[in-house]
Amino acid sequence: MTDFTPTEMMTIAAARALGNDDVCFVGIGAPSAACNVARLTHARDITLIYESGTIGTAPEVLPLSIGDGELCETALCTVSVPEMFRYWLMGGRIDIGFLGAAQLDRFGNINTTVIGDYHHPKVRLPGGGGAPEIATSCGEIFITLKQATRSMVNKIDFFTSFGHGEGGDHRQRLGITTKGPTLLITDLAIWRPDPETKEFTVQSLHRGVTRQMVQDNCGWAVQFADSLDETPGPTALELGTLRDLQARTAAAHAGARHG
Amino acid sequence: MAEFLDLREAVARNLKDGDIVAFEGFTHLIPHAAAHEAIRQGIKDLTLIRMTPDIIYDQMIGMGLAKKVVFSYAGNPGVGLLRRMRDAIENHFPRAIETIEHSHSAMAQAYEAGASGLPMAVFRGYKGADLPKVNPEIKTVTCPFTGEELAAIPSHRPDVSFIHAQKASAKGDVLIEGIIGVQKEAALAARRVVVTVEEVVPDFKGLHPNLCILPHWTIDAIAVVPGGAHPSYTHGYYARDNAAYLEWDKISADRELFAAWMKDNVLAAGPEVFAGRVEGLR
Repeated sequence: MTDFTPTEMMTIAAARALGNDDVCFVGIGAPSAACNVARLTHARDITLIYESGTIGTAPEVLPLSIGDGELCETALCTVSVPEMFRYWLMGGRIDIGFLGAAQLDRFGNINTTVIGDYHHPKVRLPGGGGAPEIATSCGEIFITLKQATRSMVNKIDFFTSFGHGEGGDHRQRLGITTKGPTLLITDLAIWRPDPETKEFTVQSLHRGVTRQMVQDNCGWAVQFADSLDETPGPTALELGTLRDLQARTAAAHAGARHG
Repeated sequence: MAEFLDLREAVARNLKDGDIVAFEGFTHLIPHAAAHEAIRQGIKDLTLIRMTPDIIYDQMIGMGLAKKVVFSYAGNPGVGLLRRMRDAIENHFPRAIETIEHSHSAMAQAYEAGASGLPMAVFRGYKGADLPKVNPEIKTVTCPFTGEELAAIPSHRPDVSFIHAQKASAKGDVLIEGIIGVQKEAALAARRVVVTVEEVVPDFKGLHPNLCILPHWTIDAIAVVPGGAHPSYTHGYYARDNAAYLEWDKISADRELFAAWMKDNVLAAGPEVFAGRVEGLR
């Protein structure tokens, strides 16, 4: 397929990172679309978990919120929220946490809490929800967001959830035993942390994207791998699955009564 | 012991100025009708506990009922921000509010600890996060067996918890199904419990043995309010009014529009309007 948008490429590249045997804690928004495309293409048996307590959910349309009834109706089972966070997340049952971000730095630290000073904010954002513990309790963390200089920043204003901190072995120094962010998928590129410094490094450019475009839409000096790959474009199956899912979702949410 | 009351009476008897109160429901079963009744009664200086303050607390904060909010995600789920809550935090309008911010994991476990009669919740959390720097209620304890450092926060012990449920039995037992969230914990952690329900049935005989049920002796008052969770939803009864959540973003963006909306839809209304609001969502 040659005709696709950068956002579609982002979602499909993110979906490819997930496997059939994975147990994945799904954030709302871009992660939710990616996880469900994976489930509808190559990872039919993936276990998707939303923090509302739904385990093994298989929604026909994408939920508007993490607590939509659709998630419960299609789930293997639904547990209480304390059980979700204690037995399943803290208990170490979840392989991958898939998060979005308002502000992200080069080490995968995420801010969704506040722009400016916490006590005198310029902008008060929603906050962390489940993210602080998802970031440290899941086996590893995938992050997906659209690139922009205001969202990919040199220094985040607040550590809502911890990635690799200042880089290197910062996680181990805090006694965190999970891997943390291992993958960043943007609308322009695929990034992985450098094995030593843990700084996100561009591994693969999406088709038609240049190094300059990646740098122009990122607030820090971007590191590129020595040999850059080109992300394979979406297949007809991937793109068709994503577009069908989005069309079903739009129809379902528009179908709700107005008022 | 559960007593069937009309909503006005249930709120008036159980919610007082200055109370610590939780109106819970995780996206699902949010007790909007009860909150509107609290707003009509002009109860003030409340400490509001809720994981996701959502529209329900945006309205209570915007109407000046709250002095303090304990929360973990101040968003309008699937839409964006809570604009009345932001106005209170950023501009102290209509009054300044104190905020105590946690993660979802912490809030859920604080309810569970409260329901367990424990003074605190202990869990593996907040590692590397900045919330402990701005929330003095987040501390650490060392495991006496392994030496692991763990997060500790006070348990939630509301004076009163409000929840919405599908059914009450004639005796006053309450059944919740679907996404059950933290309602069982919020109810059992509280000194007083008020439940709004969609309907009353004779009994729960013949149903699955592992249902989420609160026995009548854990509940103080039950009010029958069909549609009482709107614009949230009640699994098996009516769907979430996603359009209303989208509209709230516009209504709440403007102080005057908000005041006019609250006057028309809350102050000048009563619990009986909720049934009509969910008519097209059933």
